[in-house]
Amino acid sequence: MQRSFIAKNPSVLIFLACLALFTLIVTVLSEGLGVGMISTSFVKTLGKTLCLCLIAVAMDLIWGFTGILSLGHFAFFGLGGYMIGMWLMYERTRLIVVESLSQAEIPPTSSEVVDAIGNQIFGVVGSSEFPLIWAFADSLFLQLLLVVLVPGLLALVFGWLAFRSRVTGVYLSILTQAMTLALALYLFQNDSGLRGNNGLSGLQNLPGVEASQDVVSLWFLWASALALGLGYLLAAWVVSGKFGSVIRGIRDNEARVRFLGYSVETYKLMIFTLTACIAAIAGALYYPQAGIINPAEIAPIASIYLAVWVAIGGRGRLYGAVIGAAFVSLLSTWFTGGQAPDIPLGFYTIKWVDWWLVLLGLSFVAVTLFAPKGMGGLVDLWTQARAPNRHGADLGPDDGALREQEASK
Amino acid sequence: MLRLFLASLAILLSCVTASAEEGAIQPLLQEHKEVIAKSSRKTIGPAIDAIANSGLPQAQTVLETWASKSMWMRKSDGQFFVGEKADSKNYRLIDFDTGQEVGTFPKKELKQLKPNSGVRALIGTALVQFQLLDEDKAKRQAALTSIQRDPEAALLAPLRASIEQEPDAGLKAQKQRLERLLTIGYDADPAARIAAIEEMSDDLGVDVRATLNPLVATTRDVALGTVPEGVNVAATLTPGEEGFSEVEAYDLLVAKGLAPARVTPDEVRLALAENIEGGTVGGVPVAQLDKDEARIRAYAALAEAGRVPPLVNLADIQAALAAHAFFETYAEPAAEVTTAAQDALENITFKVGVNQTLDLTLDALSLASIYFLAAIGLAITFGVMGVINMAHGEFIMMGAYTGYVVQQIIPDHTVSIIVAIPLAFAVTFAAGVAMERLVIRWLYARPLETLLATFGISIALQQLAKNIFGTQARPLTAPGWLDGAWVLNDVVSISYIRIAIFILALIFLGVFLFIMKRTRLGLETRAVTQNPAMAASMGINPGRVNMLTFGLGSGIAGIAGVAIGLFAKVTSELGSDYIVQSFMTVVVGGVGNIWGTLAGATMIGFLQKGIEWLNPSNTLAAQTYMIVFIIIFIQFRPRGIIALKGRAAGD
Repeated sequence: MQRSFIAKNPSVLIFLACLALFTLIVTVLSEGLGVGMISTSFVKTLGKTLCLCLIAVAMDLIWGFTGILSLGHFAFFGLGGYMIGMWLMYERTRLIVVESLSQAEIPPTSSEVVDAIGNQIFGVVGSSEFPLIWAFADSLFLQLLLVVLVPGLLALVFGWLAFRSRVTGVYLSILTQAMTLALALYLFQNDSGLRGNNGLSGLQNLPGVEASQDVVSLWFLWASALALGLGYLLAAWVVSGKFGSVIRGIRDNEARVRFLGYSVETYKLMIFTLTACIAAIAGALYYPQAGIINPAEIAPIASIYLAVWVAIGGRGRLYGAVIGAAFVSLLSTWFTGGQAPDIPLGFYTIKWVDWWLVLLGLSFVAVTLFAPKGMGGLVDLWTQARAPNRHGADLGPDDGALREQEASK
Repeated sequence: MLRLFLASLAILLSCVTASAEEGAIQPLLQEHKEVIAKSSRKTIGPAIDAIANSGLPQAQTVLETWASKSMWMRKSDGQFFVGEKADSKNYRLIDFDTGQEVGTFPKKELKQLKPNSGVRALIGTALVQFQLLDEDKAKRQAALTSIQRDPEAALLAPLRASIEQEPDAGLKAQKQRLERLLTIGYDADPAARIAAIEEMSDDLGVDVRATLNPLVATTRDVALGTVPEGVNVAATLTPGEEGFSEVEAYDLLVAKGLAPARVTPDEVRLALAENIEGGTVGGVPVAQLDKDEARIRAYAALAEAGRVPPLVNLADIQAALAAHAFFETYAEPAAEVTTAAQDALENITFKVGVNQTLDLTLDALSLASIYFLAAIGLAITFGVMGVINMAHGEFIMMGAYTGYVVQQIIPDHTVSIIVAIPLAFAVTFAAGVAMERLVIRWLYARPLETLLATFGISIALQQLAKNIFGTQARPLTAPGWLDGAWVLNDVVSISYIRIAIFILALIFLGVFLFIMKRTRLGLETRAVTQNPAMAASMGINPGRVNMLTFGLGSGIAGIAGVAIGLFAKVTSELGSDYIVQSFMTVVVGGVGNIWGTLAGATMIGFLQKGIEWLNPSNTLAAQTYMIVFIIIFIQFRPRGIIALKGRAAGD
């Protein structure tokens, strides 16, 4: 009998309810519209965390469900940020330039305005010409389209090249890492057209919006929550259907799925591109809240941290990824922000700013070794969904998967 | 020129015999009293020449004293003396000719001569002829260096004259070479210059090119009608051709004052702004001036009224260009000299090109050996065992820091390096064994998770290093005998450290091959890699073999760390700088085969240097293109350059 999507995935409803509740509470407690218990900067941190949760969902799709450990998804995240950043920066500079040129006796021609914008934006890299990639920067609609198209296209081309030559496993991980490194190094150049290591800045100011940052930060929080909710719903829908079964099959035994007649490469390519687009949307929401984007953001290390979040949260379950991303990134902010109390040992004082990364690295090793299910495993303990004793034999090669429950369905 | 030469030859001769003559320099100084006292660059020339060419032994002393601002004039009679400070108010005067003290005078009765820098330069030039013949070798060398720094026509004659008497063979060669270069630049006789050019045309020195380049430097010029006679023309130009656009041509005309300047859009805007009358400019409302056509119309109206210079339109430009001939001229008037210089430069450029290729090859080899060093440990852990060790870079860093710590304890660089290498091996071997026992052993079935766990170790180790050693770079100094470079000629050179690293890489290759092919451990490793269960049933302990192999790979990374630390700065990020390239090297080369790693390192090294050569200003771009190339390369050879075949290839 065909059960409804929600009935099959009760966790989706719970998750959406939690997300809505969270958003409501933050709104009520915020400075912009509520009682002011949560500062605007913390609202921004929470909004950014929601974006990181969204990319973690994408990472879980590609890694937890398809078994492809991509170490390059932050490249798509960053590209999405760059695409929206181009419009934000162009439009804001245009308003400033038009304002200042209107003081002149002779009204400016349109080419004079464009030249002045170019001067403003590219002055720091010793140029004033608009590179070709800024061709659509004056149109919000086109640039929003590019947020999805550019990373999607990159993922499509890269994935097609990688999957068709049957690069799998750790090789693929290294290759994706090389891709982010190449992109980051390329963007670091001054003549890449995206202002080199200066990056794009001033993104927190929405052009033409008079509202204060207190309110704008809430708008972004809502938008991020909405995107996360929709992304979660999409991901849950993707993995719950036939498509989901196939990609899990690919994770557990790629060769068998291929022998069954499925086009493994097409499935992989589709999921790779889809997750790249989700990551790009997350990035496009993240960087206006962060205010600045530069190539250091897409260094390979960022993508590895993404894998860390998902692993700690628990792979193969979407809420695990969200919990992991939120928990680790907020904890990381708390520790590195200097808010965590130092621990005096008498002969030495442990300063968390210095020791947090050591703790994170070691706890990551511990999670990999002792709790492959991650924090999501705690939910299993609570729902008592314990695996049947199979006397040491696994259903598949990967310990982190949800195979027991799937098999019982 | 010839006269000058003869004159200086005469001085030279007279210098040799000067000691026999009795001549006083004071009368000569008095003869030029006014100019000397005035010390102006424009008028001082004859006075300096007269002193320098006087042939008196005191001339050098006078010039030196003058240049060092210790020549004083007695106001009472205008005589010149060496002045020495006796006390705060009084100065002791010493006669130039006798060397005797004349007496002590109060400062107000004297005038100090303070030649400005222009005059001092002239004196310096005059002094060179004395210095070139000085008894002190260091002074002669200094004189040569000063000629090299700014060559001048006047220096040619004294230089030539000094070659004969030069006792030192090395200096003599330098002098001869410099004489050839000065001849090329300044000799009056074109034939002599051409001969010198031909003589130097197979020399790779930068100074030769620096001498020849001004000879073939061209300037663009323009003349009404046709190209004038009597000019050394390099080429005639047609406006609109490659490299000489019509805009450039017209700008040249404007610069030469042969055509009215174009009115730029900026000037149009300013002119319009100046001529606003009651909200309109030339009959056009100001509000409409945000279009180019409207602005032109308004400006044209103003021009018609004669209030602004008229616009230069396209037809005017075309007519002006057609009426003039454009050409490039050499600054050097003699055509045969420029032709010879051109030929010589072409010859030199070709030779330099060949040598640069050689130099690039050496650079690429050295880069390849660095990548090989960084990757060889990975070739064992990843290539042979199939374990992804993201902390490999941190083992390299540990090795480098071990070298640094050893150098703090043992100050002698040679001894400390000798101690550091085995110690670095021991430290990283221990770390590797510990890591294998504690973490990796449990994850052999889950390669992706090995990657993550070792990455966790990597960030922990990196932060630990930062906590212990701080974020600033620590020096790891190479021993003195590794300083400097092996210089083949002016173009090709390679530093000894890079040679040492190349040799070290070769030694590692040998050691690796020996261990794998000739020792018990190697045999067991290969057996365990191919089939652990079968190996175990043959009495091999796979756990122990894995542990030792992993330790070996880590230990080699430690030694590589010492080597890399010698030329790179030792920071906690040292390892992560190399980790992606190291994995690339192993993957491109082909997993499980040391020759593959060697081929991969060579390919990446040559590729990176090659791309850098194509685009020298941008090493970032070189790395980007290299990674893109590797991604594409993997498409065609997914298993690397040297792929294992048959059972050894695994799945």
